[in-house]
Amino acid sequence: MSSKNISMRDALHRALWEEMERDERVFVMGEEVGKWNGTHKVTRDMLDHFGPRRVKDTPISEMAIGGAAVGAAMYGLRPVAEMMTINFAFLAIDAIINHAAKVHYMFNGQFTVPLVIRAATGWGMQATATHSHMPEPIFAHFPGLYVGCPSNAGDAYGMLKAAIRDDNPVLFTETIALYPKPGPVPDDPDYIVPIGKADIKRPGKDVTIVSFARGVEWSLKAADALAKEGIECEVVDLRWLRPLDTATVFESFRKTNRCVIVEECLPHYSLGSEIAAQIQENCFDYMDAPIKRVSAMDVPLPFAKDIELAALPDEHKVIAAVKEVLG
Amino acid sequence: MAALKKETLLEWYRQMVLIRQFEDRCADLYFNSKKITGVYMHLYSGHEAVGVGALGALKETDHVITAYRDHGLALIRGVSADAIMAEMMGKRTGTSGGKGGSMHIASRQHNFWGGYAIVGGHLPLATGLALGARYNNTDEVVVSMIGDGATNNGYFHEALNMSQLWDLPNVWIIENNLVGMGTRIEDSSGQTELHKRAIAFGMKDLGRVDGQDVFKMYEAASEAVEYARKSGPVLIEALTYRYEGHGVSDKTFDKRFGDELKAWEARDPINILAHHITTKYKNMDAELEAIKAETLKVVDASVEFASNSPDPDLNDLVANVYVGRDYDVI
Repeated sequence: MSSKNISMRDALHRALWEEMERDERVFVMGEEVGKWNGTHKVTRDMLDHFGPRRVKDTPISEMAIGGAAVGAAMYGLRPVAEMMTINFAFLAIDAIINHAAKVHYMFNGQFTVPLVIRAATGWGMQATATHSHMPEPIFAHFPGLYVGCPSNAGDAYGMLKAAIRDDNPVLFTETIALYPKPGPVPDDPDYIVPIGKADIKRPGKDVTIVSFARGVEWSLKAADALAKEGIECEVVDLRWLRPLDTATVFESFRKTNRCVIVEECLPHYSLGSEIAAQIQENCFDYMDAPIKRVSAMDVPLPFAKDIELAALPDEHKVIAAVKEVLG
Repeated sequence: MAALKKETLLEWYRQMVLIRQFEDRCADLYFNSKKITGVYMHLYSGHEAVGVGALGALKETDHVITAYRDHGLALIRGVSADAIMAEMMGKRTGTSGGKGGSMHIASRQHNFWGGYAIVGGHLPLATGLALGARYNNTDEVVVSMIGDGATNNGYFHEALNMSQLWDLPNVWIIENNLVGMGTRIEDSSGQTELHKRAIAFGMKDLGRVDGQDVFKMYEAASEAVEYARKSGPVLIEALTYRYEGHGVSDKTFDKRFGDELKAWEARDPINILAHHITTKYKNMDAELEAIKAETLKVVDASVEFASNSPDPDLNDLVANVYVGRDYDVI
């Protein structure tokens, strides 16, 4: 399939634009998505092209953005609501968890919520404590919601399309540091990355590295460096935290017998905790070493650049963890 | 307002009596025979005229959404008493298959979008429904009931502001029964005339309406619905009173509010309507009694239906978590 090298920002922009062209029910709402062209410019030029019916600037009202998007989705539209950053989604957490995720079940299937909530995520920009989170595991805790977190432009394109076309609510997070990074994006407007399908970004036989979003970049860099020392890492990009593709993780682990989990999230009750628990429950006989987690440091994030970055994972921490599980 | 037909008044009477009897039976089934279980059940007794008058102004294509005090509104909307009672008892034949319970009665086919149990949580959903109605260029309006307690949380302000900003066809009706759970309105609100909140949003304020009088409710709601259909959102405050505690856990309501309750019962909404009917038309007593007997049969039958209905099973437990995906439970 032919493809073009474009940034993740442009890939998301293109996916959203094409889906709005394809389906009249798809519309965009959120803070600054219209006249401002989107805080992260994913919705740029859309107000001019699609008009105010389909590109709706909202007040700074996250509870209402989340809740109104749920109501519009129940009615039969397919809203793509933007939370400027995931940090503000905390204000909408009731709408997302108590309503988006539960309405279908609670009323026994009478209503569906074909909703995508997009949110910029991640940290490492001196954004300080309240603006520096990667809390996706909190949202992935709840049945009824899907959580998608692309690591590159091509996946972002196919995953956002999958999310918009699905009849379930999806929290879709976009790592800010990845927005400018280019990657190949297929020229096929129906290119879909299936919901709940992980991807092996690099095959290997010695250690399984499970990661998602920006963690994949650190993992691949670490794998490159380790390959020079003769250590072959298999890098599993989960892509979706819910549904969680444990089958791919287990298959890889049963081959390598060792695992490192790399995430930008805080360590307690995180993706790492979940993957480690599931591996020991399902693959205990294949386990040759304790599972190691590389996570953010368990502190609120400070402003000062050097100490902030000290709290962030990087490829060096991944390399150290891989060596540790190899004994 | 066009003159109301006798049949309309009798239908209102039927709805109000049915609600009262249904709610009384729910209390009996909860406290005595224990056929209704759980920790939450909020009864609509006392509010009947608010719901009947307001929803009487709607077309079938219009929409209704409310909080957890939802049985009465579902009955008015035409949802069968059988299915509501079955939901109360957690049966598979219930409106939500026994998975929603008292607080989550809904019926898509009746455009009754449900009861919601997080205070204020349904208000932005109402904004979104109205957005959908406007987006699709329909003439539908969305009526949202709001408890007085919900007017003090963020959802209320965000949802109503957005509704006004986008001129959406929302009719917002505050059912002010003076007590939010156990806290009186003057202990929770700086401005106790709740309709005045409309001013802050630049929204049309239809004022405070006597929620015990179904005629006044109907009149105000008719004006509101017409306005919302053509122009944009409206706020009404209906003054009413709840005859029972906040929910079944509220066992000292009578002690705390007994005198006030007696005063409100003197203006009982069903009696007000019955008085109007018997004054306007001759020899109506027997007809009203016949309606009461008929609705009682409906309630009896609903209990019979629900009692004989199957319980949901373990397949139901994991059904409808997601659309179109078997849920792989860990």
